[in-house]
Amino acid sequence: MWDYSEKVQEYFFNPKNAGVLAEANAVGEVGAISCGDALKLMMKVDPVTNVILEAKFQTFGCGSAIASSSALTELVIGKTIEEALKLTNQDIADFLGGLPPEKMHCSVMGYEALQAAVANFRGETWTDDHEEGALICKCFGVDEGMVERAVRMNNLTTIEQVTAYTKAGGGCLTCFDALEGVLAKVNAEMVAEGVLDPAKAYKLGSVDPLALKKKPTPKAAAPAPVVSLGEIAPVRTSHPAPAGVSPLDPATPTPALTNLQKIRLIEQAIEELRPNLRADNGDCELVDVDGSTVYVRLSGACVGCQMASVTVSGIQQRLAAKIGSPIRVVPVGKN
Amino acid sequence: MRPVYLDNNATTRVDPQVVEAMLPFFTEQFGNPSSIHSFGSSVGGAVKAARKQVQALLGAEFDHEIIFTSGGTESNNMAILSALEAMPGRDVIITTKVEHPAVLSVCEYLEKTGRAKVHYIGVDSFGRLDLEAYRAALSDRVALVTLMWANNETGTIFPVEPLAELAKEVGALFHTDAVQAVGKVPITLKGSAIDMLSLSGHKLHAPKGIGALYVKRGVRFKPQMRGGHQERGRRAGTENAPGIVALGKAAELAMAAMADEQTRVKALRDRLEAGIMQRVPNCFVNGDKYDRLPNTCNVAFEFVEGEAILLHLTRAGIAASSGSACTSGSLEPSHVLRAMNIPFTAAHGSIRFSFSRESIDEDVDRVIEVLPGILEKLRTLSPFWAGANEAPKEFKPVYA
Ligand SMILES: Cc1ncc(COP(=O)(O)O)c(C=O)c1O
Repeated sequence: MWDYSEKVQEYFFNPKNAGVLAEANAVGEVGAISCGDALKLMMKVDPVTNVILEAKFQTFGCGSAIASSSALTELVIGKTIEEALKLTNQDIADFLGGLPPEKMHCSVMGYEALQAAVANFRGETWTDDHEEGALICKCFGVDEGMVERAVRMNNLTTIEQVTAYTKAGGGCLTCFDALEGVLAKVNAEMVAEGVLDPAKAYKLGSVDPLALKKKPTPKAAAPAPVVSLGEIAPVRTSHPAPAGVSPLDPATPTPALTNLQKIRLIEQAIEELRPNLRADNGDCELVDVDGSTVYVRLSGACVGCQMASVTVSGIQQRLAAKIGSPIRVVPVGKN
Repeated sequence: MRPVYLDNNATTRVDPQVVEAMLPFFTEQFGNPSSIHSFGSSVGGAVKAARKQVQALLGAEFDHEIIFTSGGTESNNMAILSALEAMPGRDVIITTKVEHPAVLSVCEYLEKTGRAKVHYIGVDSFGRLDLEAYRAALSDRVALVTLMWANNETGTIFPVEPLAELAKEVGALFHTDAVQAVGKVPITLKGSAIDMLSLSGHKLHAPKGIGALYVKRGVRFKPQMRGGHQERGRRAGTENAPGIVALGKAAELAMAAMADEQTRVKALRDRLEAGIMQRVPNCFVNGDKYDRLPNTCNVAFEFVEGEAILLHLTRAGIAASSGSACTSGSLEPSHVLRAMNIPFTAAHGSIRFSFSRESIDEDVDRVIEVLPGILEKLRTLSPFWAGANEAPKEFKPVYA
């Protein structure tokens, strides 16, 4: 089990300000897909003085997620919105007497919930608008721009170097794919610009992720012709539905929530990618989502360009990182 | 208060009789079993006796089919690496998505280094093997099929005997990681199509660091540990005599306790499961309720996270384990529950309770007493929770 500080334990076992705040006028709902955590922050803000009078939270997550949420409410109560916005995720971690490195993203989630709640209070919609692209490494709060800069400025060509320079990937390493994608992309740009020896450039998939503590997802068995079941007697092919199953029993269809959520995430990811594609005179729209297959329409310079397959795999990677499970991106024709 | 230990699939307490049996081999009987003098020969005799005890537990035909190793991990590594070497011209391995890392990482490594192609067969939402995919993957290029007998997380049992027959039809070797099955379900290897089987001492009340690999007589075997002639040259290194004696005694005790495991222990497990289902809304059992180890109970609690449950259980003096990897150093949810397509908040909220012959009624009572309160407390904290037996609340956080 994790090595939690006394303060974390105290705030986990007896969280302060847990529950629903009916009269909230500033609500932030955020999640960290890497760990499956989610947090709803509710605050009551004085509309005249901007002072946060009350704050409550609800959290789905592990011990440190709950403790971080509770710590956040304690930190913001009594502050003005402006003061509260100066808080960082490190302040939350410090308040708790520190968090294990792999759990730092719990404090980042608290930070984001606060940003989202303030945006809600001000009548804005909050998106994860890290100026230079989404956070790649949740553990250490490193965004794409920072990784790109570090790679360029220091001629980095390995994941280990990126981790050493930026910390990204130094925790849970669930960001391995995204990190690898950025490194390969920037290295390819550098080769094209003639500033990097092609032999040195990082190649996707060239690292043994085992050595980096990351387990690759096992590949599915190759599709093979369907063979009849045969007579393996002891195996039943279907079970009678067990009595008293709950609505989320795996045998019954899962509720729409996860699917909806997924589609929303995909839309969001594609929206984030569009500015980049447009900068290259291309574009991409979402056509349909079917299970784990995402159909997109590429247009402009993306069509027929040599880079089309690179673009598709880039989108695929980006989506998979967002959803947290493998996604297949299939480009469809004009109509 | 007696601590409640319901994490026997992680490891078991060494049986006092086992401790007693092994202790002399640290002191008076310290000799090297290979030595001719009297210090050695009595130890050699004890090792031989232990081999027979393990043979009996596995229902193996010959005692020399048992090779002592350092545990389940070594046995699995040895079996897989040997099979690949012993079957020239064949480079395909068939395994499953729900194996223990002691099989999965070996396969992934072999794949990565280009030494083998690996098929990872999937499972359904009850954790049962996709038989069609299995049959389709079998071919004359398959060197080895390695499938676990029972799953460590859910207890789900694969029908390894008929699956081994199918492997035989294409001439492949068949290995099973039976670390969780040995001592909990009856096993008869004599006459079966199983070529190799791994077991681990610490899962059956012997110490950690001792185990065995069964290799059927006549099956081609390539040693992975070279050196002296111990274990007929199949696993060099001076024998871990105290460990081996302990494993032998543990095997004997497990044989004697098999009936207890199948009846009393199973009844404890069933009572816990029923008690939880009755008192805690929105939960379900993970795994195949019908073909399952008698000691294992894995329950998914919707809308709460496993580590949070475990922290509360720990404080109440109850040891269990979580399907949520949040506890274990990695942040990915359990690969087993993921392969079963368990919905995400439920997979994150899965808890495994695993019994042993040392478990008693009071253990079950204690869990049933504290668990409903823990769940209630955590669920009021959960933004997904909408009340007992309700669908999840509309809650769509912005995922950053
Ligand atoms: C199914 C399974 N295989 C292998 C192992 C590894 O065994 P050992 O700890 O003896 O190396 C375990 C135990 O963790 C297990 O549950």
